[in-house]
Amino acid sequence: MTHMPTVFRRILLVLALFAAAVAHAQLSIEITGAGANRIPVAIAEFAGDQAAARIITATVRADLERSGLFRMVDPGGTTLDENAQVNFGDWKGRGADALATGSLARSADGRMEARFRLYDTQKQVALGGAAYLTGNDQLRAAGHRIADYIYEKLTGEKGVFSTRIAYVVKSGGQFRLQIADADGQGAVTALNSPEPIISPVWSPDGRRIAYVSFEKKKPVVYVHHLASGQRQVVANFKGSNSAPAWSPDGRRLAIVLSKDGNSQIYGVNADGTGAQRLSQSSGIDTEPRFGPDGSIYFTSDRGGSPQIYRMSGSGGDPQRVSFEGSYNVSPRPSPDGKSLAFISRRDGRFQLAVMDLASRQVQVLTDSNKDESPSFAPNSRMILIATETGGRGVLSAVSSDGRIKQRLSIAAGDVREPAWGPFNQ
Amino acid sequence: MNKLLIPALLAALVAGCSSTPVDETAGAPVESRSGAGVTPVTAGGLDSRGLPKELTDPKSVLSRRSIYFDLDKYEVKDEYRDLVAAHAKYLVANRGFKMLIQGNTDERGSREYNLSLGQKRSEAVKRSLVLLGATEDQVESVSLGEEKPKNPGRDEAAWSENRRADMLYKAPDGRGEF
Repeated sequence: MTHMPTVFRRILLVLALFAAAVAHAQLSIEITGAGANRIPVAIAEFAGDQAAARIITATVRADLERSGLFRMVDPGGTTLDENAQVNFGDWKGRGADALATGSLARSADGRMEARFRLYDTQKQVALGGAAYLTGNDQLRAAGHRIADYIYEKLTGEKGVFSTRIAYVVKSGGQFRLQIADADGQGAVTALNSPEPIISPVWSPDGRRIAYVSFEKKKPVVYVHHLASGQRQVVANFKGSNSAPAWSPDGRRLAIVLSKDGNSQIYGVNADGTGAQRLSQSSGIDTEPRFGPDGSIYFTSDRGGSPQIYRMSGSGGDPQRVSFEGSYNVSPRPSPDGKSLAFISRRDGRFQLAVMDLASRQVQVLTDSNKDESPSFAPNSRMILIATETGGRGVLSAVSSDGRIKQRLSIAAGDVREPAWGPFNQ
Repeated sequence: MNKLLIPALLAALVAGCSSTPVDETAGAPVESRSGAGVTPVTAGGLDSRGLPKELTDPKSVLSRRSIYFDLDKYEVKDEYRDLVAAHAKYLVANRGFKMLIQGNTDERGSREYNLSLGQKRSEAVKRSLVLLGATEDQVESVSLGEEKPKNPGRDEAAWSENRRADMLYKAPDGRGEF
């Protein structure tokens, strides 16, 4: 607890694994801090096709390491399948508290089957195991699944390695909404536009993304179905349309419209019908976000400076939530409902802060100048933000206690507007 | 033959002009054939986007379309009163014309909050125009927030250029700037 080991390590998995992939569009990840008490884990080499097995084990190790909660113990080239006899004393001697063994085999239908087992070397027991069927091109996905399993068994929380993130890249005058794995790999472009794209948010089922596009010379809210590429305008009223947020059941959106003058919060059905005004002020009400209980946190300047308020999901009298300082914006309630991430201006610097909602204690988590657009991981443990280093937009993932920090940057362009997707379903 | 001579003449000019003034007569036969000095005229007094020239001719006050705002300020300053009045007068006299006002902010702070601040600016310009006789139907106020900076710089000089509302016109036939 007293000191924070700092690990400077650049993980460039993709170059080794998928040289043919669209390398220029990949995020590279740099870990700049790690947890104080990391669990030592060994991932043995898996039996079976070695090239394919190595993709899986490398993915598992990188995922666990990147979380900041685990320290990888070198298996020294030992190959162990999931049924192999484990010499617990040997692994304990190497310093591993946990060990994973496994294999990769071709199943009858031609797909690959990854099997693994996890052991507690202290108690000398198997903690469980699983098998995942996967296509040859999805070995990394199987690796993420295995890492999620190990993470959950050893920490008691669900892992987020199989989740996806969305973000916007600006390069060469073009704006691209990209979808990537949570480790930044496998990025694909969902939307390419000559005009800005902001405020992407995932639907709770992970199939759709709502965002604001300026392609019509003004901000218009769209819902974009990722698999089909089908886009629907959900709000194109007179004035500006912005700041979409999904209700927890995915049936409604809170959006911000200026059709009656200044920006105010409205509720609409996910297809854009049935717009109803939810907030009532003569100033600005914007950036709505639903908490897991259905209440809405938002930013308002009704008190003279932008501060965070909370109202019920159907509108009504809001209560002020933020008090310290003269600029608190972009509220994001955590999926577990315990905390609220937001951006706070302190001495002219915009920094990520987290409020414990029970105690109302606020902690500033970063030391940067230009943090924006926080987004919680679905397990509430990490927060993805847009920030800036060397005048360039990068993404940063910060643990909700501020200990673990990762930077995700892209070689050619500005990255901004991150949105962490829901648990893989 | 002339085509072959031009590069040679240019080369001679470049070579010769480092210390001596350019001999303007040397290029004269070429320049007389170029477009320089010719003002293209479109029949009907419309410019290339189909708008009347009085809206776009730099000599016309109506070609001035930007209103700048002070830091954290959202009201139209007195120095723009005449400009707003001129645009209102045009909208009153030309009811078929529509205007889109795009509000903008500098880059500091939340993108969505800035979008709302830009809206406050465009809305202030719209209110002024409507007070002077333009109709709600004619004028739409929107915001581009911090997303379309006129000046990409990171200092106060750049930011002051970006705290701005721009007025765009559309003709009754649908042609124009938005």
